[in-house]
Amino acid sequence: MAARIGVVTFPGSLDDVDAARAVRLAGAEPVALWHKDRTLQGVDAVVLPGGFSYGDYLRCGAIARFAPVMESLVDAARGGLPVLGICNGFQILCESHLLPGALTRNDSLHFVCRDQRLRIENAATAWTSAFQPGQEIVVPLKNGEGSYVADERTLDELEAEGRVVARYLDVNPNGSRRDIAGISNAAGTVVGLMPHPEHAVEPLTGPTTDGLGFFTSVLTRLVGA
Amino acid sequence: MTVDTVAHAAATPDVVQPFAELGLKPDEYERIRAILGRRPTSSELAMYSVMWSEHCSYKSSKVHLRQFGEKAPKTDALLVGIGENAGVVDIGQGWAVTFKVESHNHPSYVEPYQGAATGVGGIVRDILTMGARPVAVMDPLRFGPADAPDTRRVLPGVVAGIGGYGNCLGLPNIGGEVVFDETYLGNPLVNALCVGTLRHGDIKLAKASGPGNLVVLFGAKTGGDGIGGVSVLASETFDADGPAKRPSVQVGDPFTEKVLIECCLEIFAADLVVGIQDLGGAGLSCATSELASAGSGGMHVVLDRVPLRDPTLSPEEILMSESQERMCAVVEPAKAARFLEICERWDVTATVVGEVTDTGRLVVEWHGEVVVDVPPRTVAHEGPVYHRPFARPGGQDDLQADAPTADRLPRPSTPDELRATLLRMVAAPNLAAKTWVTSQYDRYVRGNTVLAQPEDAGMVRVDEETGLGVALATDGNGRHCRLDPYAGAQLALAEAYRNVAASGARPLAVTNCLNFGSPEDPAVMWQFAEATRGLADACLELGVPVTGGNVSFYNQTGEVAILPTPVVGVLGVIDDVDRRTPMGFGPEGETVLLVGETRDELGGSEWAHVVHGHLGGLPPVVDLRRERQLAEILVAGSRDGMLTAAHDVSDGGLAQALVEMCLRSGRGARVFLPDGVDPFVALFSESAGRAVVAVPRSEELRFTDMCVARHVPVVRIGVVDGDALDVQEQFSVTVEELRAASEATLPALFG
Repeated sequence: MAARIGVVTFPGSLDDVDAARAVRLAGAEPVALWHKDRTLQGVDAVVLPGGFSYGDYLRCGAIARFAPVMESLVDAARGGLPVLGICNGFQILCESHLLPGALTRNDSLHFVCRDQRLRIENAATAWTSAFQPGQEIVVPLKNGEGSYVADERTLDELEAEGRVVARYLDVNPNGSRRDIAGISNAAGTVVGLMPHPEHAVEPLTGPTTDGLGFFTSVLTRLVGA
Repeated sequence: MTVDTVAHAAATPDVVQPFAELGLKPDEYERIRAILGRRPTSSELAMYSVMWSEHCSYKSSKVHLRQFGEKAPKTDALLVGIGENAGVVDIGQGWAVTFKVESHNHPSYVEPYQGAATGVGGIVRDILTMGARPVAVMDPLRFGPADAPDTRRVLPGVVAGIGGYGNCLGLPNIGGEVVFDETYLGNPLVNALCVGTLRHGDIKLAKASGPGNLVVLFGAKTGGDGIGGVSVLASETFDADGPAKRPSVQVGDPFTEKVLIECCLEIFAADLVVGIQDLGGAGLSCATSELASAGSGGMHVVLDRVPLRDPTLSPEEILMSESQERMCAVVEPAKAARFLEICERWDVTATVVGEVTDTGRLVVEWHGEVVVDVPPRTVAHEGPVYHRPFARPGGQDDLQADAPTADRLPRPSTPDELRATLLRMVAAPNLAAKTWVTSQYDRYVRGNTVLAQPEDAGMVRVDEETGLGVALATDGNGRHCRLDPYAGAQLALAEAYRNVAASGARPLAVTNCLNFGSPEDPAVMWQFAEATRGLADACLELGVPVTGGNVSFYNQTGEVAILPTPVVGVLGVIDDVDRRTPMGFGPEGETVLLVGETRDELGGSEWAHVVHGHLGGLPPVVDLRRERQLAEILVAGSRDGMLTAAHDVSDGGLAQALVEMCLRSGRGARVFLPDGVDPFVALFSESAGRAVVAVPRSEELRFTDMCVARHVPVVRIGVVDGDALDVQEQFSVTVEELRAASEATLPALFG
């Protein structure tokens, strides 16, 4: 039986259809999860997709964090459930304190959409095992508030523990500290990523198909478990 | 607060009413009195004034727009034609698409961010109203000179507003235009296009049928924003000493609209509405009168039930408010509970505000008293119609005689001069890379974007199983239209049509946004009459019907009108998006061909504009038969896998087309200019009906044979090669240098 991966839809989620497609193309069954439901429907992993949950009012991800589905999700993630937060999903993970730090306004003050080169710094997480350490990939990036910030001690810790999952190459598109594009929790099961791997899963519509690796990674882990 | 009820109006016939301040002419006011047999109440006056404004009633343009229907080509593709919120086109496999372009020019000048944002919001609701899921947007934009201080105020705001709203809706922005010209300085053109997809059976119409059915208002609450926006902002010229109109611009909330879209689509899927209308210009006045007028003919609305953001609003203000993100549906009573349940699921406020009647009257009640009692057709569909006088302006002959001939405008001739001209053109704001703008738009969301700017056309996949897709391009050239509005409008259509074909899609249907100065100026009205006549004739000849669009008049500052600017959008269909043709060069060694004929045509050209600041002569000749043949070649070349790249030749001529193909691919080309043509003309003429294509050597003969069989000139002009654009015996520029020139301009101006 195919692994079942949940994709949460909050009001204002936009890339939920894309995340579901990526899950399907990777060979798993996407399961739609609704923000008002407490159940995770027994899924094997969860993707928090990009978008503007609750209009990003107050602060990106700040309201989504209090959605009923997040109560169950936070518990499950602490118990080892693999969770990938993309863009707004990354912001929600930070607001939920599953990941440290915060995402703030791009240093350019503009929304930016571009094909972004990244280096996979840690290929041992639940979501990056399909890559080689140091592998360079290109996936779309699109955000208005994608500048990753944390205090120096936290940044040092993330670096020391290998929890910087991916870093921007060529151009730092949003002013992220230490060119950080994505980080993980200590267990390597919860990953937050500002770029959008779900938009790089088909040669026709993406700049590459490099994004698929994030979704096949988690499948390998689930099948192996 | 005293309320001007119908009874009160009947009893006080001599009350002086501010009809002129509301934009109504004395004879229009008299007509309202005649229709009603009494003076209108202030609520009725508000309603008629907004609905009879130029923006809502098309009173000056109607007699000309009729041609789009009268001259419409015979086609089976149209499922819904002109007159509804947007036309619906059959694209096969049970799928249909609906698309339309609209203007939001005046609000965007006053308040660039909100004006542009709500422009996106409005057109998206029009598409949604047809029963379709909106799937992409495009924005044709025009501003004053790129280095003008006010452009630095308007452009960044407009771009941020489009991005801020569209990105938050989750709609990929797949194309459009950014054009600069002196005449747009006080009147930027902010046009917005949306396309949506639906199954044939799912079309919804704006009509209130079935007496007893409920009228449900849902979405955002009604506030004081945008009151008078339609009648005042869209219909009056900006005068230096006019009143400040800032508060009239509506404020958008894209999050509310995103939720409203998903809520509506769920309601449509459950088949819960009889009719639906969005609330845009003229708000509730427009929605109720149009729904009633197109349906059973009557409606009773209890205005007290309208959820308000500001409880102090008067009935007149509630009727006129243009608060965004609102919809009005007609629902059978048996389905109301389910309807409200879905709204609840999405946290969308929904309120039953009235019901459909068969009285033939639109009756609006406020605190138990009747404040509106009118025949809805007289509000919505039987507004005034003007036959405005028009006359070819006196200076037109002189303008056309002022041709950019070699003896009058010096032309570059040496290789160094040609090279310098090329680099100057590449960096000119109209031709330079628009990445500064388009990188602020999400082009990836929904994962179906196959082509997006700077490609010739934007293309989205409609059906993931079969690969069925649609392509869209918008074009307009105000300078060409100024020289000859009839030909200029046709050139705009031809260019958009060619762009769609270049992507590999078969052109099917047209939408247009007609941006002009004051219709009260006979010279402007002549431009409008000529442009609509030209466009209608060309649509007939090319076999692509106009499905809908929008007119924006009064784009002028004082006596000076903008360049007449019909913006034309063409929609095409492609059976398998895998077959699309991109614009960038493919592998090295492929043959580069120029299809079409090059003449000495520089009237209204980008070269004359950039190098000499000159506008005169005649625009390029339009040959619609040739355009059609060229399109057939480009579509067949894509379908049969002969083409690896195709790019239309237009602004900036062959030189710019080659530069763009190099920049898009990062590959260079060795180019041999055709014999017998002056190198300058070959590079910079803007003759229409041309495209540059790249074909694998194995396909070259098959492709050129196809051109010859269709009597379309084709000439081999080079080969994809190296890392420079190398024009043999003339000059060479590396792709890197081209990129630096092209990409530096906008960031240097806008930060």
